[in-house]
Amino acid sequence: MSEKKESYVELKNVNKSFGGFEASKDININIKKGHLVALLGPSGSGKTTILKMLAGLENADSGDIYIAGTRVNDVKPKDRGIGLVFQSYALFRYKTVYENIAFGLKIEKRDKNYIKKRVNELIELVGLKGMEKRYPRQLSGGQRQRVAFARAIATQPQLLLLDEPFAAIDTKVRKELRGWLRELINEVGITSIVVTHDQEEALELADEIILTNHGKVEQTGTPSDIYNNPKTPFAAAFLGDNSVIENISEFKGFEGIPGKAVIRPEFVNVYAQDESIEHAASVDDAVVSKVVFKGNIIELKLNIKGSEITAYRNVGQKQVIQGENVKVFIRKVFEIDDTKASSRENSIYSGNDSIVI
Amino acid sequence: MQKENKIIKWLLITLCAVFLTVMLILPLIYVVTTAFRDGVSAFLKAVGDKYAVKSILLTLKVTVITVIVNTFFGIFAAWTITKYRFKGKKIISALIDLPLTISPVIAGLIFLLTFGRNSFLYPYLTKMGIKIIFAVPGIVLATIFVTFPFISREIIPVMTAAGTDEEEAAALMGAGFFKIFTQVTLPHIKWALLYGIVLCSARAMGEFGAVSVISGHLRGKTNTMPLHIEVTYQAFDFTGAFAMSSILVVMALIILITRNILEYYGKKSEEESVKDE
Repeated sequence: MSEKKESYVELKNVNKSFGGFEASKDININIKKGHLVALLGPSGSGKTTILKMLAGLENADSGDIYIAGTRVNDVKPKDRGIGLVFQSYALFRYKTVYENIAFGLKIEKRDKNYIKKRVNELIELVGLKGMEKRYPRQLSGGQRQRVAFARAIATQPQLLLLDEPFAAIDTKVRKELRGWLRELINEVGITSIVVTHDQEEALELADEIILTNHGKVEQTGTPSDIYNNPKTPFAAAFLGDNSVIENISEFKGFEGIPGKAVIRPEFVNVYAQDESIEHAASVDDAVVSKVVFKGNIIELKLNIKGSEITAYRNVGQKQVIQGENVKVFIRKVFEIDDTKASSRENSIYSGNDSIVI
Repeated sequence: MQKENKIIKWLLITLCAVFLTVMLILPLIYVVTTAFRDGVSAFLKAVGDKYAVKSILLTLKVTVITVIVNTFFGIFAAWTITKYRFKGKKIISALIDLPLTISPVIAGLIFLLTFGRNSFLYPYLTKMGIKIIFAVPGIVLATIFVTFPFISREIIPVMTAAGTDEEEAAALMGAGFFKIFTQVTLPHIKWALLYGIVLCSARAMGEFGAVSVISGHLRGKTNTMPLHIEVTYQAFDFTGAFAMSSILVVMALIILITRNILEYYGKKSEEESVKDE
C-alpha cells in the first residue's frame, strides 16, 4: 500500500487565526485508518481548533484538509462523514435518550424500522438498556457520555472526533469509561481522534499521540515513543511529572552538559543513609523537603544543589522523613536547549567499570 | 438591632403600599367608576359606538400584525446575535434597544419624514398607490418600531445561556435551519418567547405617541383605542373616554396575569435545566 492511501485523515500546511491570535501554525498531520489518535496539549495549544477544522465548524485560513482522500475544505460539515462528541456532550436536553440517538437517522430520512433497530442496537452497545425514555438531566455524567457516543456513531460515520470526552466526569468513573471507550472504538473499528489535555488519558488510550503547543505540532509518535524520546523541550517537560534543572552540569554523572535538563521522578534512586548504594561514586547529597503519601507510592521533594526535584520511594522501603539527609543517584535526564531535547544517561553507564543494573 | 430591622421593614412596606395606592390603584378605581358613572347602559352605549368599535378592531388588527412581524424579527435578531460571530455585532444589539430609549413621538416623526410629503420616496409611493402616512400601514410601522425590542430582548439571554453546542451538533448531523430551530432551539426559548409576545402585545395595544403623530386622527379609519380615548376625552365625553379606558385596563390586567403565569412556567423549566448541569 502506498503511503498516500494509508493516511486516512491528513492536514497539509494548515493555518488558522482568530483576529491576531494564531491558533494553528503550519499544521501537518497524518492519521492512519482505524487508529485512535490523541491530540494532546495544554489548553490554548490549538488542539480544539484542529478538531473544529476537521469537523468543518471552523474554516482553515490556508492549507488543505483531506478525509478519506477527498479535500474537504469546501465540503459542508454534514457531508464530511464525521461523528462528533462535544466536550459538553451537547445532548438535546428536551429529547429523550432514544430521540437523541435517533436524531441523525431521522434527518437522513432512514426507514422507520431501521431507525428502531439501529437505535436499540446502539443503546444495547453502550449499556443503557431501559433508559431510552430518560432525559439527559436524569442521567449521570458517564451515562450522558455514553449517549453522546451512541449519537455520534448512529449514522455510521467514517471518522469520530471526541473533544475532551472525560473532562466533565469524576476521576474514578473516568478511568472506567476510558477503558470502555477504547474497547468500543476497537469494536466499532472507527478512525478516532480524541482531544485531551490529560497526558495519562492520551498515553493509555491512543495508538498515536500528536502533541501540540502554541498552535504548532511539537511531536508525533506512539505513546511510548513520545514519553521516552521527547524531541523538543516542551515534549520533555510536558509529559511526566517533571523537575527542570538549570545547572545539570553540577550533578554527578552529568558533568559537561552545558544547558538545562528535565528530570522525571522515575529516573531518580533515593537512598536512606544506611542503605547500600550501587554507584557510590555517582551519588549527590540531598535533603528531603517534603514527603507526600500517595497510597501506592511515596512522593518526595528533594533539595539538591539549590534545585528541587521530585522522586518516588516504594511503600515497602524504609520510611524517610522531612529534613532527612539522603543520597541520590540520577540514572538519566533529558538535556534541553531552546529547540530540542535529547536523552542523556548517567556517565557511569558509559565508563569502563560500569555496572549494569 | 432586630427591632430596628423590623421597623425599617414595615416602613418600607407601608411606603410601597402607599405609593402603589396613590399611583396605581386609585387611578384605576377612578377609571372604572367614571366609566360606570352614568350606569351600565351608558357604558355599553359608549363602547358600542360605531367609532369605538372600529377603534377596538383597528387596535386588535395592528396588535396582531405587529406581534407577528416582531416575533419573526425578534427570533431572527436573537439568532443572529447569539449564534454568529461577526464585526458590528455590538452595534446591532445596541440598535435593537434604541426604540426603548427614543421618545415614541420622535419615532412617529421619523416615519412622517421618511414616507411623508417631503420625502424623496413620496412620489414613488404615490405612483404605486401605497399610502403610509395617515393610514393603517403607517400606524403598523410606527407600532412595530416602538415594540420590536421586546421579543428579542427576552430571548437573547436565554439563547446566550443555552450556548450553540446543541445547534452545532444538530447541524453536524445534517439538520437544516428549520429543523434545528423547531426541534432544538424552540423548546429552549418557548417560555421566554411567549413572555416577549405578551409584553409586545401589551405595548402595541397601548401605544399612543408614535401612532398619534402618524395616524392623522381620522375617526373610524385611523383611530386606535388610545387615540379614540383622547378624542372622546377632548370632546368632554368622559363616560366614553373612561369606558374605553376601562376596556384597555382589563386587557392590561389579562396580560399581566398571563405574564405571571408564563413567568412561573418559564422559571420552572429554567430550574429544571439548571438541575441538568
